[in-house]
Amino acid sequence: MSLVEHLTQATYLAAAALFIFSLRWLSTPKTARQGVAAGVAGMTLAVIGTVLHPEIVSYKWILIALVVGTAIGVPLSWVPLTAVPQRTALSHAFGGLAAGLVGTAKYMLWLQDGELTEFRTFAIVVEVLLGYLTFTGSLMAAGKLQEVLPTRPITYKNQNVINLLLLAVAIASGLYIVARPETWQLFPVVVVLSLLFGVLLILPIGGADMPTVISLLNSYAGLSAVAMGFVLENKVLITAGALDGSSGFILSVIMCKAMNRSFTNVLFGAFGQVAQVQAAAEAKAVKSATPRDVADILENASSVVVIPGYGMAVAQAQHRVRELYDQLSKRGIDCRFAIHPVAGRMPGHMNVLLAEAEVPYTALSEMDDINPDMPQVDVAIVVGANDVVNPAARHDKTSPIFGMPIINADKAKTVIAIKRSMNPGFAGIENELYYGDNCLMAFGDAKAVLGDIVKALSGEGGIH
Amino acid sequence: MHTLDLWSMLFVFMLATFVGFQVIQNVSRLLHTPLMSLTNAISAIAIVGSIIIAGEEKTVLSTVLGAVAVAASMTNIVSGFLITDRMLKMFREKGKPR
Repeated sequence: MSLVEHLTQATYLAAAALFIFSLRWLSTPKTARQGVAAGVAGMTLAVIGTVLHPEIVSYKWILIALVVGTAIGVPLSWVPLTAVPQRTALSHAFGGLAAGLVGTAKYMLWLQDGELTEFRTFAIVVEVLLGYLTFTGSLMAAGKLQEVLPTRPITYKNQNVINLLLLAVAIASGLYIVARPETWQLFPVVVVLSLLFGVLLILPIGGADMPTVISLLNSYAGLSAVAMGFVLENKVLITAGALDGSSGFILSVIMCKAMNRSFTNVLFGAFGQVAQVQAAAEAKAVKSATPRDVADILENASSVVVIPGYGMAVAQAQHRVRELYDQLSKRGIDCRFAIHPVAGRMPGHMNVLLAEAEVPYTALSEMDDINPDMPQVDVAIVVGANDVVNPAARHDKTSPIFGMPIINADKAKTVIAIKRSMNPGFAGIENELYYGDNCLMAFGDAKAVLGDIVKALSGEGGIH
Repeated sequence: MHTLDLWSMLFVFMLATFVGFQVIQNVSRLLHTPLMSLTNAISAIAIVGSIIIAGEEKTVLSTVLGAVAVAASMTNIVSGFLITDRMLKMFREKGKPR
């Protein structure tokens, strides 16, 4: 081993350690930014270690590609925080694409030089399969989140059988190339089938399942990097990929548990496909309240819990929510936020939006921490959340969301639900919370309604 | 490749997965969105593999594929680290200005 190679390996070793520190520092918001610095340092070291590599004969294409990547990456980091789920899906797509392309390039180079071994071919097949399916799958997910593609699940007859058959053919072709290297013509078949499978995998998935699916694709992107590490015999790649893969896996498990569903159910269940609204939605009575009524109720409360959901992001109401928080805090009313793990379109989505609106993170509570306190809470305000506060999940065995852990909004003394209309939420399930004796509906756009409540509270009285 | 290399890679994979599980389980739930963008940037370390393929210029096609892979990884590195930092800056305690 030459001196340069030792140096390169040393930078990889340091990078791997820095990546582990980077994630460790995310354990609390206080040290989290150090984590980013460690990650950047590790990445820079590894890249420097790599460009020293003696096999590099020209830097032209590397430099051009680095410039192009920076030119795309910088604006991508400016997206509004409501669009972070799309950006994340897009970055999984780029990760998958890189793995797929490197696998393809390596296969062709080794095929040409007669350097393909069984192990190398096997690792490449895994890399290419995972890489390309993550690529198209994540593009589909990004499209659905950006709403350039229909967000409702798209289903067809025998969908699961067809999809699994397709995957089986892709895997079988891949294994055949491993066993019979002379059948290299099958390689493009593996590529095309992986790309196609990625699309088909995401077609039947609805918006409410996106947090799980994004986490799962995160895991696949990590695993494709691991496979690339095995192909290139590069241990820092294996390490970083394993960290990414396990992170995505843990997040998917958390998301699945928070919906009381299994991976298979999320991937093959086509949840919420045809809005299972009970056709005879009995005209049950709901009580409605004006923003002025709500303000009066809030003034007399001593503890308030706000439960945000994806609707808050859609209405861009997070800043109004912060104003409400300020008004309540000013009056000495205890105001907290109850965050359900699957609220929003990706893990942690609500926390980031509220942090952006300058709500201190100390006011954000997790579902399990706040539920025991709910019976003592005077007012629970539901802003754009629906299924995650539906009491049917606790007792109605016929409900599609039965068994899903929920925030017990109904246990609060008064519930105020801010909602556009009585239309059922994303999964198309009636919410019995709204028909409870303690529930008042404040109809309208979340941003406008909250704005009026804040105005009434601040005594301007300027209600339109 | 020596068989020993394969086994040492499997060891690295196994150990890194365990470390990953331990470390990620300790990540604050508040920070799950930044966690995802940070791990995403970190796994773009795939850039090191792509750089060599783009730089060794063995065939036209492999150079093109390598260069596209470098650009894709670089996009993830730049946007991933920048947006993670942008989000983390927003998390503040009560009463503390940014």
